[in-house]
This record gives sequence, C-alpha cells and structure tokens, in this order.
Amino acid sequence: MRIPILKLKDFLLISIQVELDDQTALQFQEDLLNKIHQTGAKGVVIDLTSVEMIDSFIAKVLGEVVDMSNLMGAKVVLTGIQPAVAITLIDLGITLKDVPTALDLEQGLAKLEQDLEE
Amino acid sequence: MAIRSCIKIKSEWDIVKARQQGRNLAKEIGFGIVDQARVTTTVSELARNIYLYAKTGEITIEPIFDGEKKGLKITAKDNGPGIPDIRIAMEDGYSTSGGLGAGLPGVKRLMDEFIIQSKENEGTEIIVSKWLR
Repeated sequence: MRIPILKLKDFLLISIQVELDDQTALQFQEDLLNKIHQTGAKGVVIDLTSVEMIDSFIAKVLGEVVDMSNLMGAKVVLTGIQPAVAITLIDLGITLKDVPTALDLEQGLAKLEQDLEE
Repeated sequence: MAIRSCIKIKSEWDIVKARQQGRNLAKEIGFGIVDQARVTTTVSELARNIYLYAKTGEITIEPIFDGEKKGLKITAKDNGPGIPDIRIAMEDGYSTSGGLGAGLPGVKRLMDEFIIQSKENEGTEIIVSKWLR
C-alpha cells in the first residue's frame, strides 16, 4: 500500500486515510523523502484527521520523518490530530515535543508560509 | 453481545488485525471514542511487543463483567525469551528494540488494571483491563 503525496506549489500534501501498518509507514517515510528530493519542496503538511490511533511505533516513524525532512531542508507540519489520539499519545508518554503541529490543513499551510517568509 | 476474540500474532499484518478487533469490541461494548483509542493502542503495543520480542504469540480480547460494571480484558501471551527484569522494562524510555520505550509503562497508564508475568526463556503474559465508566 502506498500513501499518495500531492504537490502544491512549493509544498507537499499528504492525507493519511488508511490504517497504518508498519510497512506502509516505513514505505511512506522513504517515499516522502524521495519526493522532497525530486521536487525541491520547501514544506510538507501531513494531515492526520482520519487517523484513529497512533501507537508508539507510528509516533516514532512520524517523529523521524519530520527530522529527516528537516535535514533535507523541508519543514514538516502535522495537522488534524484527533482529540482521542492526542489523549492516548500523552497517556503513552509521547509528546512529539519538537514536532510542529497545527489544527487543520489550512492552518498547517498558513504556518508553513509564515515560517518560510521569515 | 460482544464475544471473545483470539488473534494469533505471526506477522506485522496480525498487529493491524488485532487492533481492528480491539477497536470493534471496544465499540460494541460501548466505550467512548477516547477509550476506544486507548484499547486500540494498547492492543497495538502488546501485539507489537509479541512480534518484536517473541516472534509469535496470541492476543485475546474479551468482555468482562463485575456486577453492573462492564469492561474489556486483553491478554497477551507468548513463549518468547521473557523479560529478565520487569522493573526495568516498566521504566519510561527503556527499550531494547530501538523503540520509544513507551510500550509497557504506556499501556499501564492507558488501562485500569495491569498484570505482568514473565519468566526468562519461558515467555510473558500480560493481562490488562479497562472498565466502562
């Protein structure tokens, strides 16, 4: 299973709408980095509105993809984390501290645009 | 009424299968969205532990009753290498697999009851439960 990555001007947009298994998550990590490399994208929004559960493995993969993208010069914002997911992550002890987040896709894009202007 | 569900964990796909079962049962028994996420995440963590450390094992999810109270019990059982020191394994941030080390202490916080038994070279059994409020 591959997660589609869309390009919009300088940005890449991803909406995760499938139940993430480990392989899909890791494949996504690689696909996104390749896409950043190909397109020279400056920013990435990963929208998690449809994601009903993030366990420690998926959290780790997401945290890593943010760090990896940063290394390549692209900023990543995670958006749309559901209340139940946020509560569960904190219960698990996972804060995703250094990961930029926004309420929804629109605010995520606004955040990227603002960051890139500075 | 929700019935007992037993999932053999042999591959990564079984982790997804187990957590889907967990979510279905949690929904059926009447848990709200947040507790559904807690149950699903717990099943996912326990199933992944089996897959990572023991390779194979099984997860059983079943409804439990105590008078008026309803809940869900999840049992994760394997015949893997066991945990040499449970106290250390229950510390936040401890991991031998390169993970976040959130697994076991995290599961304990997600659930209402948590029992772990493990013997080196014999296996591990973790029983957790969550009650409907």
